[in-house]
Amino acid sequence: MEELVLMKGNEAVGEAAIRAGCRFFFGYPITPQNEIPEYMSHRLPQVSGVFVQAESEVAAINMVYGAAAAGVRVMTSSSSPGISLKQEGISYLAGSELPALIVNIMRGGPGLGTIQPAQSDYFQAVKGGGHGDYRLLVYAPSTVQEMVDLTGLALDRADHYRNPALILGDGLLGQMMEPVNLPPLSHPEDLPVKPWATDGRRGGPKRVINSLYLQAEACEEHNRRLQAKYREMEAGEQRWEAAWADDAEVLVVAYGTVARICRTALEGLRDRRLAVGLFRPIALWPFPGPALAGLLQRGRIRAVLVAEMSAGQMVEDVRSVVCGRVPVAFYGRTGGVVPSPEEIGQHVTAVYEGGAINAGCL
Amino acid sequence: MDKQYEVIMAGFGGQGVMSMGQLLAYAGMLEGLQVTWMPSYGPEQRGGTANCTVILSPRTIGSPVVERPAAVVAMNLPSLDKFEDRVREEGLLVVNATLAGRSVRRTDVRALSIPATAIAEEIGNDRVANMVALGALLEITRLVRPDSVVESLTKALPPHRHNLIPLNQDALRRGMELARHGARRPAC
Repeated sequence: MEELVLMKGNEAVGEAAIRAGCRFFFGYPITPQNEIPEYMSHRLPQVSGVFVQAESEVAAINMVYGAAAAGVRVMTSSSSPGISLKQEGISYLAGSELPALIVNIMRGGPGLGTIQPAQSDYFQAVKGGGHGDYRLLVYAPSTVQEMVDLTGLALDRADHYRNPALILGDGLLGQMMEPVNLPPLSHPEDLPVKPWATDGRRGGPKRVINSLYLQAEACEEHNRRLQAKYREMEAGEQRWEAAWADDAEVLVVAYGTVARICRTALEGLRDRRLAVGLFRPIALWPFPGPALAGLLQRGRIRAVLVAEMSAGQMVEDVRSVVCGRVPVAFYGRTGGVVPSPEEIGQHVTAVYEGGAINAGCL
Repeated sequence: MDKQYEVIMAGFGGQGVMSMGQLLAYAGMLEGLQVTWMPSYGPEQRGGTANCTVILSPRTIGSPVVERPAAVVAMNLPSLDKFEDRVREEGLLVVNATLAGRSVRRTDVRALSIPATAIAEEIGNDRVANMVALGALLEITRLVRPDSVVESLTKALPPHRHNLIPLNQDALRRGMELARHGARRPAC
């Protein structure tokens, strides 16, 4: 059996990226994700990798662009305000079809907000925080082991689709420690060759990577290709987990940290024989709408409650899937406040008993 | 262990509450339990207390956030003030009597008041007060074996710090002895 190691979520992301063949990290410090660059700064040199603390977030994301264009596995990490600064570069990565891993260990906003955990960057992550019609593959771990597993997956899927991927964690996941099983170390030279990379033409045809298409028709054609790729991702990359969904009359939808808080709340309610279940999107984009719709079609679910550490963001995607078939309630905490299982339990109970369907935030 | 057990450990920065929690989590992991260690990392750390929550469970752990823990280890007065009310009924409250300056008010929990800092100073270093408290906690709860804590120390400490292991072992043992014999509910 593989040896378990006790790691912080932030360190686990770093080690998992290295194990997946990532040898390049460019970043700029911000709480609560500083353990990622700290870890990479001592670990990458051990595997002949490159760590650069850039002069700014904008510089870091553009270094990521350069490394990705050269065909290597590369990552950056930050927390909410820093991720906002990187949005221009992320749009360029998407427009240039460059694979890269971006990690956002969310904190409360808007603005500088707080250093405490939040989930209020959902819109930014899944709707496109930068300009233009683009999508990121967005993964939402809820345990430290999932931080490891989804980091590897994100790097792999990013290469597969030539598209940036985002790990959307929060300060709590980044700071907490849990045992993890790490995959074996992969070597960059064993990864599939990227024939498009600008690493020297070696007598072959010229390779150009950019996102500039001055002719409108050419730019529209580029957009068509991108959209076709996004449809392919929607078909192949939806990920979710459901618990107690078979007999659930009230279905709770939550991701990341909040999903595991909900799980504890629901365990308590099920002990009291309330028919409540959990639906946890693991990929936030592509959103696992068809799976959620499938559960609703069985006809048992009479209400849905979405819980988030935000004023209500994912709830919009849930409402568009539910499409008025059953009421969708929302419960959220903001500004870095983490809800307790007890308070989630009270809101689920209220919905179960037929009240509080229009329960707003806070 | 047949059900989940949660401990909040709190104290001044520098009292080793974070590492005490990590050692407990590590030891739990070595014994095949599911474990979660969650630190406070917010602005409250600048004031009175640093704290962490450790959960040990035979099953998958859901919420890392615990409103009513089964036990609290309070290494100073601000921690006792902050967390006394949070301990579950019938739960356990371990208090560092050297720095708490008052006795436990709750009458519906098991209170164990031990002079952790004084004992640590007596055996040579007040920085092992955390291990005295951990020893007391383990003696009462039997959450993990002391051997597992020592093994965790061996793995967690860099080799050039292994000379500190006997002192930590000593502190752990003293805490266990205190919990077994001396400590009782102090008169209010």
